[in-house]
Amino acid sequence: MEEKEIRIGVFICHCGTNIGGSVDVPAVVEYAKHLPNVVHAERNLYTCADDGLTAIKNAIKQHKLNRVIVASCTPRTHEPLFRSTCEEAGLNKYLFEFVNIREHCSWVHMKDTEGATEKTKELVRMGVARATLLEPQEEMKIDVEQSAMVIGGGIAGITAAKTLANQGFDVYLVEKEAVLGGMLRNLYRLFPTGEDSLDSLQPSIAAVEGHEKIKVFSSCELKEVKGYIGNFDVTLLREGKEVNFKVGTIIVATGAMEFEPKGHYGYGKYDHVITQMQLEKLLKDGQLKKSDSVVMIQCVGAKGEEVSYCSRICCMVAIKNAMLIKEINPDADIHILHNDIQAYGAEYEELYNKAREMGIRFIKYTPESPPCVTMDGEKLKVEVYNELFGEQFMLGTDLVVLSTPLVQHQGGVEISKLLRVPLGKDKFFFEAHVKLRPVDFATDGIFLCGTAHGPAEVAESVSQALAAASGAGIPLSRGFVQIEAISVKVDLEACIGCGFCVEMCPYQALDMVDGKLEIIEALCKGCGTCVATCPTGALEQRHYQNNQIISQIKSIFHPVIE
Amino acid sequence: MKEFDPKIVAFCCNWCSYAGADLAGVSRMQYPPNVRIIKVMCSGRIDPLFVLMSFLEGADAVLVTGCHIGDCHYIDANHKTKNRFEFLKEMIAELGIGEERLRLEWISATEGEKFADMVKETVEKIKKMGPSPLSPKVMQ
Repeated sequence: MEEKEIRIGVFICHCGTNIGGSVDVPAVVEYAKHLPNVVHAERNLYTCADDGLTAIKNAIKQHKLNRVIVASCTPRTHEPLFRSTCEEAGLNKYLFEFVNIREHCSWVHMKDTEGATEKTKELVRMGVARATLLEPQEEMKIDVEQSAMVIGGGIAGITAAKTLANQGFDVYLVEKEAVLGGMLRNLYRLFPTGEDSLDSLQPSIAAVEGHEKIKVFSSCELKEVKGYIGNFDVTLLREGKEVNFKVGTIIVATGAMEFEPKGHYGYGKYDHVITQMQLEKLLKDGQLKKSDSVVMIQCVGAKGEEVSYCSRICCMVAIKNAMLIKEINPDADIHILHNDIQAYGAEYEELYNKAREMGIRFIKYTPESPPCVTMDGEKLKVEVYNELFGEQFMLGTDLVVLSTPLVQHQGGVEISKLLRVPLGKDKFFFEAHVKLRPVDFATDGIFLCGTAHGPAEVAESVSQALAAASGAGIPLSRGFVQIEAISVKVDLEACIGCGFCVEMCPYQALDMVDGKLEIIEALCKGCGTCVATCPTGALEQRHYQNNQIISQIKSIFHPVIE
Repeated sequence: MKEFDPKIVAFCCNWCSYAGADLAGVSRMQYPPNVRIIKVMCSGRIDPLFVLMSFLEGADAVLVTGCHIGDCHYIDANHKTKNRFEFLKEMIAELGIGEERLRLEWISATEGEKFADMVKETVEKIKKMGPSPLSPKVMQ
């Protein structure tokens, strides 16, 4: 068959200033125009925006492109988008090539425009070399197990499980504690409505426990998860015994825990220095002793060395609890020491104002001179430098309540390893894309919600849970997923029947039958380990062919310009 | 004379080390622009031939990277990478290329810092060592 002329179009993205700020994009476009087989090169402010995608589609038609290269961010987030754009314009999506010039270049060489620009040119050159050798592929469809697993039985997990079950799917809800409810179980009343946490939790727990589609595995530990989207094999440990089942998708809702402020402000040393969570329990049990004066200290352990982030919800927790103490004892003298109050949104702003009207006092301290808690006879004494007044304040008090951030717990770290999904710098689970895919992991078929993702209040956790359930429900309701066409194939004429590859395959997808290699394509996951061991080059991996990879290597060292 | 600027080829697997390199970017960790990443689905796909060819073409160093042992997306395919690497390392030494120019590193999707450190360290080390004996800069 006569080789069709290769016509490559190159689209280089400025990504606003993300790439354009450290790479001379126009120079790269000029360079790309002169690379072999490139018939069109252009730059876009945002190639992933509507006009960028339209430009790709138009160029495919206008310039009769049969290969498309986008040089922008990471394929891990945007490849599906550009691939479907190519398909819309009638180009097989395997003829698309992604060149990562943001995560792997402009963002890591921000102060080296010359170096970053030269590197970008080379990366584009490598992309052109590979694109030239790309081949169209057909994808295989595989069936999806019509069930999901939700890990974690807090409000997020409960909501996700209920939502999926109501869509008609079987749900396995796994909880390490003996009872469902998570952190919410230990809280007293919720802001901004003041309703009892159990009142809002109990109906959901009852709905989940009584649901015919939901199997609750409490006091269970996750032991192993194997497989991939559509076909995860799960092993649990229940009372030391293994329980196995298959699911199509997984939702991580493992929650968070309160940071323990050891060594902060006399915590652990003085009896009347407690955390907000301990205060919630005292309030809930009606055990709070008459407190005529209370001091709350915000950001304990947060926004510093131990925990670098703002935990977002603690300001509202403090305000709410201060108001609840005022309800019990209207004469109580309450101070909240903070460095900036997070009361985002109209409802919370309103609550903050109401607290002030009730006589709760807010004192802004600076992180450089934090408050100091000591014992003065029977009473606690809090010294704080009031930034607004420019003077030192001395507060005698019955109770000091520390507002500490939510942090990841060891169980979450274990689950991350088990599912092979990442944690971010803050140790919370790390989503596929902070704006576009906030409840997905980069690994297909696994989703996340609730405080496992970072500090969140109930409404946010519930919204995320609904989103995650919706995402996890898509492959289930479709009933199949298309598997990337990256499986291996064999050229039987070149195969000498040595069988080395058979031993290499982690999935037993290869078999030697009467000295002839057989490949079970449905079992092949496309790792390519067998291909790397083939002594004759008879094995080949679709889309990661030997000649494609070798062309990339060569192009690094050979600056061919037409 | 222009300072020696090493060329380093890094093979990264789709699931872990490539994502680790992405995270280094997302976290704006700065490292020198000497590395060229080639993505494969699994480190098990890295044919010893690719490594040898990189050196033959003029690479001053080659980085073979993948998921941590036990974390492989393809069950245990990276065990094969490890075995091959040991054999490759011997071969590189035997050929006189210098085994220090070949490095194996397990980098998870969360280890952006490890990726950035690996590049920084390698560039520094290779700058001290000078170009590969197979590099066109030396051969000419």
